[in-house]
Amino acid sequence: MDSYFLILFTEVYKILFLLVPVLVSVAMIVWLDRRVWAFVQKRRGPNVVGPFGLFQSLADALKYIFKEIIIPASSNKLVFVLAPVVTMTLALISWAVIPFGEDFVLADINVGILYLFAVSSLGVYGIIMGGWASNSKYPFLGAIRSAAQMVSYEVSIGVIIINVLLCVGSLNLSDIVMAQQNLWFVIPLFPMFVIFFISALAETNRPPFDLPEAEAELVAGYQTEYSGMMYAMFWLGEYANILLMCAMGAVLFLGGWLSPIDIFPFNAIPSPFWLIFKILFLFILFALVKATVPRYRYDQLMKLGWKIFLPFSLFYVVLTSSFLLYFDLLPGK
Amino acid sequence: MVAHSVFFYIFSLIAIVSAVMVTVSKNTVHSVFFLILDFISISCLFIMIGAEFLGMIMLIVYVGAVAVLFLFVVMMLNVAEQKGQWFSSRWDGGTHIPVGLLVSLIIFFELIVVIGGWKYKPDLLNSLSINISTEVTNTRTIGNVLYTDYILIFQISGMILLVAMIGAIVLTYRERAGVKRQSYVKQISRERDEGVDLVEAERNKGVKIDA
Repeated sequence: MDSYFLILFTEVYKILFLLVPVLVSVAMIVWLDRRVWAFVQKRRGPNVVGPFGLFQSLADALKYIFKEIIIPASSNKLVFVLAPVVTMTLALISWAVIPFGEDFVLADINVGILYLFAVSSLGVYGIIMGGWASNSKYPFLGAIRSAAQMVSYEVSIGVIIINVLLCVGSLNLSDIVMAQQNLWFVIPLFPMFVIFFISALAETNRPPFDLPEAEAELVAGYQTEYSGMMYAMFWLGEYANILLMCAMGAVLFLGGWLSPIDIFPFNAIPSPFWLIFKILFLFILFALVKATVPRYRYDQLMKLGWKIFLPFSLFYVVLTSSFLLYFDLLPGK
Repeated sequence: MVAHSVFFYIFSLIAIVSAVMVTVSKNTVHSVFFLILDFISISCLFIMIGAEFLGMIMLIVYVGAVAVLFLFVVMMLNVAEQKGQWFSSRWDGGTHIPVGLLVSLIIFFELIVVIGGWKYKPDLLNSLSINISTEVTNTRTIGNVLYTDYILIFQISGMILLVAMIGAIVLTYRERAGVKRQSYVKQISRERDEGVDLVEAERNKGVKIDA
């Protein structure tokens, strides 16, 4: 019986060791997002609470905790409360498979990339549940828009992942990183990296694809009826998802925890820091896009997903596989 | 093994209860949510017996895509209202109930066949000659079988799905007149000469501009 408790305690310890930094960095990343956004627009951004405004997110969190939670009278109460919980949980459980270094991963499962894909495809439910349970026009329209958008862009992300898997020959995330020791996949698969980046923007409902929350048309989309901590949970889940997409991009294309060149000053830095640098790099790109690009129209969004990205990434699958076959580079022989 | 069986019973209990709740719950949207819960717990069971690839594909395909469509349909069409009509006393002779009865009868007989197969389970297990190695991941094992021995069946099923998809699109497609469409090529390739048209306007008559 003791061994069970020992395993339980070590696992809980490991999970906390992963989740607490993720949650803290989600709070920090919100601050970074607002700062980058402000600097692009020649504003100052949040700079009052703490040095450089670093504690702004903590102040916001306190504010959310002490606000009243309002549950609309005609809403479906159970589903209404469940929706932010689902969003938040799904955003956090995906971090289990992200490898921060060799043998530095919570769950080194064989189908790591499929797990990430499956969990991110479940993310739609938090939004649909929230939109439906609010029993109000704007949330419902926002939820439908968001679900259609996420399902569409998941397809192209799936095909892009197939491109990477063709070059690796394994579904394990650590294997994917190790396969990039000589050459990061961003170089041979650069068009796929660009499409992955744009699809990740759409998948996480970031601008310019933030139609589910288009203020001018839908107030705040599926979040309209939420207040206090429940709203904050949606918000945390959203940012945790954005970070996760950045981590996925770093693992699939930018060599995960590997240093760019394997010589002294670079490979002395511990591997988790490299992954964190890459995640931050991608996140700053996300923030710059948010600050510069205007919002898409809905039909343009769908056209981009289905008529441009999907055929192009399918074509690239054929190209990659025929290249690998012709030069006899197919892995796993 | 204790922990293993505890988790097995938890997941199977959730699966059975949610399967019952799919049919019992009055609200159709709740039914779909229970169906999703059922799918998730069954894919957990798949993962527990080591079929991790099947479990994940189950999550991606059924929960990530099919159930979302179910939910859309249930939310958009007011199914609850129609259900009330089917079971009301003034039933207008629709075909729902006979067809439903037929389908459930077929499924019932299939279940009898499956349960009958249990009797031969020990013999079947003994005659299993495939030795499953734990060294190779089961994704690779499935691929090795699917793309070599069963490639024809695999491709035919793919073709059938494609035909079904195109058929569904053709059946629901309607050409709507008077819809303004945007063509990027047309917009970008517009020159000044075609864009601006100088017209000599006659006094008191105006100009007729065709749209």
